[in-house]
Amino acid sequence: MAEYNKPTTLQEVEQNFGQIKPDMNATMAYNESSRCLFCFDAPCVQACPTGIDIPLFIRQIYTDNVTGSAKTIYDSNYFGNICGKVCPTEVLCEGACVYNHQDAEPIEIGRLQSFATKAAIKDNKQLFTPAADNGKKVAIVGAGPAGIACACELRLLGYTVHIWEAKAHASGLTIYGVAPYKITNQEALDEVAYLQKQFGFEIHYNKKVEADEHFQMLKADYDAVFLGVGLGDTRSLGLDGENLENCIGATEFIEEFKMDPLGTHTGNRVVVIGGGNTAMDAASESARMGAEQVYLAYRRSKESMGAYEFEYDLAKGVGVKGLFNASPVAVLGTDKVEGMRFIRTEVQDGKLVSIEGSEFDIACDMVIKATGQEKQAAFVKKFGAIDTDNKGRIVVNESFQTTEPRVFAAGDAVNGGAEVVNATAEAKKAAQGIHQWLSKA
Amino acid sequence: MPDLSANLAGIKSPNPFWLASAPPTNSGYQVMKAFDAGWGGAVWKTLGVPVVNVSSRYGSVNYKGNRMIGLNNIELITDRPLADNLREIEEVKKYFPNHAVIASLMVDTREEWHQIVKDVQNAGADGIELNFGCPHGMCERGMGSAVGQNPQALQTITSWVMEVAKIPVIVKLTPNITDITEPARGAVAGGADAISLINTIQSIVGIDLDTLSPYPIVDGQSSNGGYCGPAVKPIALNMLKNCALDPQVTIPISGIGGIETWKDAVEHMLLGASNVQVCTAAMHYGFGIVREMKSGLENFMREKGFNKLDDFIGKSVEKVKTWENLNLKYKVVASIEEDKCIGCQLCYTACEDGAHQAIGLSGTEENRVPHIIEDNCVGCNLCSLVCPVEDCITMVRMDDGTEHKTWKERLIEGSAPTTFNDQRGGGVGHYVPEPKEALKKRK
Ligand SMILES: Cc1cc2nc3c(=O)[nH]c(=O)nc-3n(C[C@H](O)[C@H](O)[C@H](O)COP(=O)(O)OP(=O)(O)OC[C@H]3O[C@@H](n4cnc5c(N)ncnc54)[C@H](O)[C@@H]3O)c2cc1C
Ligand code: SF4
Repeated sequence: MAEYNKPTTLQEVEQNFGQIKPDMNATMAYNESSRCLFCFDAPCVQACPTGIDIPLFIRQIYTDNVTGSAKTIYDSNYFGNICGKVCPTEVLCEGACVYNHQDAEPIEIGRLQSFATKAAIKDNKQLFTPAADNGKKVAIVGAGPAGIACACELRLLGYTVHIWEAKAHASGLTIYGVAPYKITNQEALDEVAYLQKQFGFEIHYNKKVEADEHFQMLKADYDAVFLGVGLGDTRSLGLDGENLENCIGATEFIEEFKMDPLGTHTGNRVVVIGGGNTAMDAASESARMGAEQVYLAYRRSKESMGAYEFEYDLAKGVGVKGLFNASPVAVLGTDKVEGMRFIRTEVQDGKLVSIEGSEFDIACDMVIKATGQEKQAAFVKKFGAIDTDNKGRIVVNESFQTTEPRVFAAGDAVNGGAEVVNATAEAKKAAQGIHQWLSKA
Repeated sequence: MPDLSANLAGIKSPNPFWLASAPPTNSGYQVMKAFDAGWGGAVWKTLGVPVVNVSSRYGSVNYKGNRMIGLNNIELITDRPLADNLREIEEVKKYFPNHAVIASLMVDTREEWHQIVKDVQNAGADGIELNFGCPHGMCERGMGSAVGQNPQALQTITSWVMEVAKIPVIVKLTPNITDITEPARGAVAGGADAISLINTIQSIVGIDLDTLSPYPIVDGQSSNGGYCGPAVKPIALNMLKNCALDPQVTIPISGIGGIETWKDAVEHMLLGASNVQVCTAAMHYGFGIVREMKSGLENFMREKGFNKLDDFIGKSVEKVKTWENLNLKYKVVASIEEDKCIGCQLCYTACEDGAHQAIGLSGTEENRVPHIIEDNCVGCNLCSLVCPVEDCITMVRMDDGTEHKTWKERLIEGSAPTTFNDQRGGGVGHYVPEPKEALKKRK
């Protein structure tokens, strides 16, 4: 395969990771916005987890009111540009566009959304003003989409907001996880900086909340705590050879790669294990980094993969080969990864079983495990009697309040891993929940 | 193969497509290029009294993805020397003897009219068009639309021209008037051979919302201009029909106003135009568009079995009646083809807010296909007009076609409503929701 040369400069990396939703210029945005039918009770709005008034913001672009358009978007979703670029629009807003029923191209809602919001970011438009200090303080753990969205909403309600973030940058998996051909790191950081300037919340970077005193302090000094901590590390598979050099978890690999693409080890012959969107991303990224061969190995059939069809298409489009009904048995090698052993599977009586004696080996120099992430169950218990479900997800009520009344949570830590747009939607509601609860108390 | 040749009051051209007197006919170079591209005739940019033009002359109305659906201009008549124009007319006629070259004229006094008519005849023009239409600039000097708006003056000047004219004379009318048939009759009375309409409509196309200056901007200021382009076609067609229906307007008509495609041209001709004149489309797309016009017209004629233009010119005139003569018994009702519906619900909201609350929704999220409430439907067409899908909403005839009763007939037989609350009134008994129901509809 090797459709891509191994990049040796950052410029070459950028070339290999060209944006799949590039910015629109004003003419493109005008023409595209003019196509919107302005549906009654528009299905795209129902399909957007944040319920943006899409026909309105598109009409505002069309009528040259780009600032008003950005306001419409941000009113519902604080990650306006980020979501425009990273949302799986094919299965959300654009998938619901009525043009699909006419076999016509749906409106490019995501790109229009980014057009309007990027213009506001570029001109640093002040669209919101925080309310006067209401004397109450909320602590937020995690500056990912959930944490930031919650912070914005709370500031609008007059709360003082302090965020603790384990890493050096804000926006969570948007910069540490999302594929680079969807959005650049700089764009994600620009949007958070823009929000921070308007809303005035404080972020303490490189401050992982883990020490007992820290938990105590948050509980003692703040009226409420919001957990937007996302998911944990990649789950171990418990296979022989799993700790060989060059066998790595997908999110760890992607994070390292996104921070330092040239300094990260990428393989020549790569096997990615998993059938979800993260597996697709890791496989695509390996291919774009110049791997000669990338296998995507999934233990069930192609049809039962959890990944969106368009994500699999993207991976196939850069030369990734699917390997289905192949269950991992062991990672092979002495010090470093040299191969991967699989066994064939099939479905018998509705159950997946291995076919005896069907083991086979694939030579490779890197194995990426995209088989799911740990949940933060152990961590959250430190805040008190917070229930988690059998999948390790934090249990919340409809106002996103945990079983420890002062603690609220939203995002991946609650939904078990969804999209940025779900995290921002939930976190906004959680902020309202906090407000209601503190107003009552 | 159908014969496209046209004849307007004796002025012959290989096809009915002429360039109107405007910037595209400013020079012999342009007219030759246009004839070479396939245009049948050209009305030269108006020759006449000396003028000076301003810089920044046009403003445009854009709609959705489309530019220049309307264009306005504050350009005056030609600012080139008369001698140059006459020499070029002569040259064009040498190369294109069978194409129509019409000289558009605008001067002031009787002597000036006599002189310039003789000049263009000597140059070999096939016809003359009197510009009584310009609604900007020239009218401030008592010419252009100032004449067109005064039927008596129009008649007088036309008769001056007829005193010396040896070639057909067309009078170009301004639409900036209440009743277009009055100047049209003036042209007939003055002895003109044909009329052409419409000239541009007085307009201001928009305002620059940064500087607050209307377009086109001349050093921060503007002036009303003349409006043309696709947007004006409906106004032109109506005025054309008024002239075509008037028994006193006995001379042929050249149709102008919003013609961009063969369809527009055919519509003008169906309402009585012997040929058509085009300006904005040529300014927008260049002379090449005439190829589409010719081939479209040819195809239309072949499919309809028309061999020559006269076979269909004026055919739609008889289908225009005064309102009181329309059949009140005719009844159509909207019908939605479910398989084609894409679920935008524009028909619903249009009927709900803009018509007669005759479309209902399923009330479920899965089924977005609206349905017609036939009892409430008055057959207004609105839903079928807003529907973005071709042939998804059609208007179906409900009466059996046997009954015919017009307002006029009802008046005569005494069955028309006569008082405000007369039970014979049209909307009596028609369903309308109670006002307060509106407050339950908020989404
Ligand atoms: C590889 C990959 C690709 C993805 N691609 C897409 C995509 O294309 N489109 C899309 O919409 N979504 C995508 N997602 C999902 C999306 O990124 C997440 O759903 C979203 O970021 C969740 O937001 P969050 O705020 O809940 O969690 P996170 O984004 O995970 O943010 C949690 C934050 O909390 C911090 N934190 C955690 N623990 C602590 C602690 N103890 N103390 C302090 N800080 C802490 C973390 O450092 C992090 O910054 C992808 C995810 C992955 C893994
Ligand atoms: S936030 Fe995402 S789903 Fe919602 S409208 Fe924007 S791009 Fe579509």
